[in-house]
Amino acid sequence: MDVKTGFFYLFSVVLMFAAFRVVTARNPVHAVLFLMLAFSQASGLWLLLQAEFLAMTLVLVYLGAVMVLFLFVVMMLDINLDTLREGFWKHFPLAATLGALVALEMAGVLMSGFRISEAPQVAASAGQAAQVSNSKALGILLYTEYLMPIQVAASILLVAMIAAIALTLRERKDSKAISASEQVHVRAKDRLVVVKMDAVKVGEAPKAPEAPEAADASKETQK
Amino acid sequence: MTLTLGHYLSLGAMLFALSVIGIFLNRKNLIVLLMAIELMLLAVNMNFVAFSHFLGDMHGQVFVFFILTVAAAESAIGLAILVLLFRNLNSINVDELNSLKG
Repeated sequence: MDVKTGFFYLFSVVLMFAAFRVVTARNPVHAVLFLMLAFSQASGLWLLLQAEFLAMTLVLVYLGAVMVLFLFVVMMLDINLDTLREGFWKHFPLAATLGALVALEMAGVLMSGFRISEAPQVAASAGQAAQVSNSKALGILLYTEYLMPIQVAASILLVAMIAAIALTLRERKDSKAISASEQVHVRAKDRLVVVKMDAVKVGEAPKAPEAPEAADASKETQK
Repeated sequence: MTLTLGHYLSLGAMLFALSVIGIFLNRKNLIVLLMAIELMLLAVNMNFVAFSHFLGDMHGQVFVFFILTVAAAESAIGLAILVLLFRNLNSINVDELNSLKG
């Protein structure tokens, strides 16, 4: 058992433990933190598979962005944990049976059927893998053969960004922000009204002009 | 004992099974459901990378790249919908999401 195998088992055990805690953790914040642990272990496993670029992408994109997004949302929402945990133990036997069945079946098939080990493969693809690094090989493939799909992926990300902003944006009702277009479009006659009224005799108390209604009334009489 | 493709595929299968269990267990908690979906995608990506390595074909890694992109978009929109839902219903219980039920 060489070092690589040892690391594989280490990463796998921690990954499985973290994944188990993600689905069973009582507190969603703990679940998110365990999910981060799981992704970091997966990134280590991908390094063992010599997929350096994807391992780093997993760390940057998932641990750095998506998981922080999850953490923000979990902390922002005030969740009543008890109602959400109802039925957890009721579903447990069924879920455990199904999960064990899936895992055992697939492991049984896969462990016997896929005995490709590392040794012959390295010799076979040595000409391709030895000269360029993983990132360079991936980049060459992405920007030649997969140029169109990568544009589509970029536009999917743009759509996701706009959708996320548009969904969560709301205008506050008590906001005192100024509308610039309304400010620019205003004319002097909208703000200032010249009121024409008859001369008043001395001694008679002048009527107090009630600004807006009086102005409207005089306008109407003028028309 | 050297590592074979079967080791990685079994790990992916167990991870997938675990996230299926998670979906069964946390039927009411929308956030944990989203996290279980992320774990499933991780299991699938693990298989892609393992096949790509052991068969010496880079196209598998390109697919992982695209899956990561789409998963990031999915989780961003999913969380936005979740926030909107919580704002309107004051709860993220899946059982209360029945306003479209006929």
